[in-house]
Amino acid sequence: MTWRYARRYAPLVTMPITVPAYGKEAAGRLASMADVTADDGALRRFLHGLPGVDEVGLQARAATLGTRSIKTTAKAYAIDLAISMIDLTTLEGADTPGKVRALCAKGVHPDPTDRTAPKVAAICVYPDMVATAKEALGDSGIHVASVATAFPAGRAALPVKLADTRDAVAAGADEIDMVIDRGAFLSGRYMDVFEEIKAVKEACARPGGTSRSETGGGSAAHLKVIFETGELQTYDNVRRVSWLAMLAGADFIKTSTGKVAVNATPPVTLLMLEAVRDFHAATGVQVGVKPAGGIRTTKDAIKYLVMVNETLGEPWLTADWFRFGASSLLNDLLMQRQKLSSGRYSGPDYVTVD
Amino acid sequence: MTFDYAPAPESRAVVDIAPSYGLFLDGEFVPASDGKVFKTVSPSTEEVLSEVAQASAEDVDRAVKAARKAFEKWSALPGAERAKYLFRIARIIQERSRELAVLESLDNGKPIRESRDADLPLVAAHFFYYAGWADKLDHAGYGANPRPLGVAGQVIPWNFPLLMLAWKIAPALATGNTVVLKPAETTPLSALFFADICRQAGLPKGVVNILTGDGSTGAALVGHPDIDKVAFTGSTEVGKAIARTVAGTDKKVTLELGGKAANIVFDDAPLDQAVEGIVNGIFFNQGQVCCAGSRLLVQESVAEELLDALKRRMRTLRVGDPLDKNTDIGAINSAEQLARITALAEAGEAEGAERWSPSCELPDSGYWFAPTLFTGVTQAHRIAREEIFGPVLSVLTFRTPAEAVEKANNTPYGLSAGIWTEKGSRMLWTADRLRAGVIWSNTFNKFDPASPFGGYKESGYGREGGRHGLEAYLNV
Repeated sequence: MTWRYARRYAPLVTMPITVPAYGKEAAGRLASMADVTADDGALRRFLHGLPGVDEVGLQARAATLGTRSIKTTAKAYAIDLAISMIDLTTLEGADTPGKVRALCAKGVHPDPTDRTAPKVAAICVYPDMVATAKEALGDSGIHVASVATAFPAGRAALPVKLADTRDAVAAGADEIDMVIDRGAFLSGRYMDVFEEIKAVKEACARPGGTSRSETGGGSAAHLKVIFETGELQTYDNVRRVSWLAMLAGADFIKTSTGKVAVNATPPVTLLMLEAVRDFHAATGVQVGVKPAGGIRTTKDAIKYLVMVNETLGEPWLTADWFRFGASSLLNDLLMQRQKLSSGRYSGPDYVTVD
Repeated sequence: MTFDYAPAPESRAVVDIAPSYGLFLDGEFVPASDGKVFKTVSPSTEEVLSEVAQASAEDVDRAVKAARKAFEKWSALPGAERAKYLFRIARIIQERSRELAVLESLDNGKPIRESRDADLPLVAAHFFYYAGWADKLDHAGYGANPRPLGVAGQVIPWNFPLLMLAWKIAPALATGNTVVLKPAETTPLSALFFADICRQAGLPKGVVNILTGDGSTGAALVGHPDIDKVAFTGSTEVGKAIARTVAGTDKKVTLELGGKAANIVFDDAPLDQAVEGIVNGIFFNQGQVCCAGSRLLVQESVAEELLDALKRRMRTLRVGDPLDKNTDIGAINSAEQLARITALAEAGEAEGAERWSPSCELPDSGYWFAPTLFTGVTQAHRIAREEIFGPVLSVLTFRTPAEAVEKANNTPYGLSAGIWTEKGSRMLWTADRLRAGVIWSNTFNKFDPASPFGGYKESGYGREGGRHGLEAYLNV
């Protein structure tokens, strides 16, 4: 929906070839948008010039997509896809190496009774648990994602946030889930937020080491940018912050920390998917989306996959470009998976509790 | 592998359609006096669903007599008593909504998603709403104890068979009238099921009479000398004929006729939602909606961007089996209507407008028309002036708000309009100047029983719905 802006600001807009946000070419594409991020005034004018969002209409669209009826073969496909997209998460003060290792084991073989169940995409932990998770996952191909930047509040000085990030990267994190400074965004200091995301992206680089990333990301950890949309409140803010983060180099944009009252919702996620679609149309850069928090049932997960399918389509229907930040969702997916294959409902005693 | 939605058909087993139906006359199902019948088919497969009676002029007379006889007692009932029957009907409709939704999709061709999520909830809501008015008529603004008119002759269209029945019957009964209703020739079944609901609710005999038949039955009904009120929803052509028939009589008339609504998109519109509103405006019910947003007026400065987004969205529309829960666009109601849509679309092309449809496979049997977009349309094209009543959108552009209003009003119709802008003052400025009975802002095709509905100019006269809808059935 932003061809208008694209035409105005970017020279390379006619059906650009898709490049991944984490790839080398992405920087060049972002450079083509450099004039909108040149200074505070330009950035503000651009973000406030984005088309508005009608709340009622957005919610109605998300609700309608939620009525799609996904049955039989389509359901089986969606369940396996959803499992493979999970960032299986534990972010508790009480986390221990034992707990993290148990979660890693579950991520590799989610269903102990059925080895055909796909593995999850990543294990998401606090920075000090990265090394433990890394070791436990071995060569399973599952990524380690680490929250960073003074998660979840993000209320720390920039050097602290960068140190937090570098520490997680050095411990072997394949992905960094940063939080933005919501205070800065809400007080209109967009450039501060922009610069901070850029700085964290630089801190994701891994000078000496290599990443096990299967997606060819080179040596840098992939950056997911958490908006905490429950604190930004308005849909206009969500569209603006989505563009802001993508312009700053986010590889993924993520709704929430899971630590506040309102986390991922279908309308907010739909809006972010639309922003990703428009950003891709303008620059050719492909960015991923991760709703997190509050997605607990197979039914909910399938609604999100339908939104991805009908908004972004096939290229985003992989764990490289769409993730669920969740913990209890996995067990519900496994129970539904067992039901599909056996014809019977099992129960919570037949999936593992971690 | 791709995310292909497996077929998700709603079960037909929930509805039991009899091989034949009589007329619902004075509380009983009876055959037509001359024994004539006609078939009703499912437009998505051309399968014959049932055989229904073709009411003759004699049947009309019997029905009007039955309604007249029932009127005395029904109108004398306290409002609270009439309300009980209406509340009961509303509850039964809710309880049987799945059955009725499947029936409606079978007989009409509309997708089950719409009959389930739009038609049926609105039908029940309409009965609930007017049930609430029945004992409060003293407070409706027409003075104390306003009186009903008598017997209402009601003729309804095929696009929303049960919903149009609700719009007609609920206010008529709430105000103390009795009715003789003729459903459309191609969609008689849900009205006959409604007759069964009247029996289930214990409604006194003769208060509601349902006569199935073609145009001749309708003509006999509106021309009957003992009818006090004529209510018609349908084409402007038939509406004009009805107005001529009743001219010079003391019958009260409301007509809800055609439309060619402008959906105006300003450059500051919430574009993603505008695209949804445009799609909902013209493709809801296959565009077979009198208030459909069939003329898209888009500000030139955003036209290219909006049309790209609209085409991208249209590519995701799912056309096919109306009973599949994932279908967005179902079948056209009849071969006759399909021929009309096809002819007008061809005229659009012949007159030089550019035609576009997403690639979609249409089923082999049944009546189908792909969602279609015409660009480069001017006010002089037939597709910008005539009501197509199908999934065909004509796109025109404008430069200034004044030009948008001028073009929007430049039509013989005036039923509805849409305005898309994030700026409240511009929305109100535009709404003030549009000559249309219903104006939606930043939404489209939204209905509520509390909101009056009706047209300007050749879109008809009188209002249905809300407090205003009572007036059409009261002697005030």
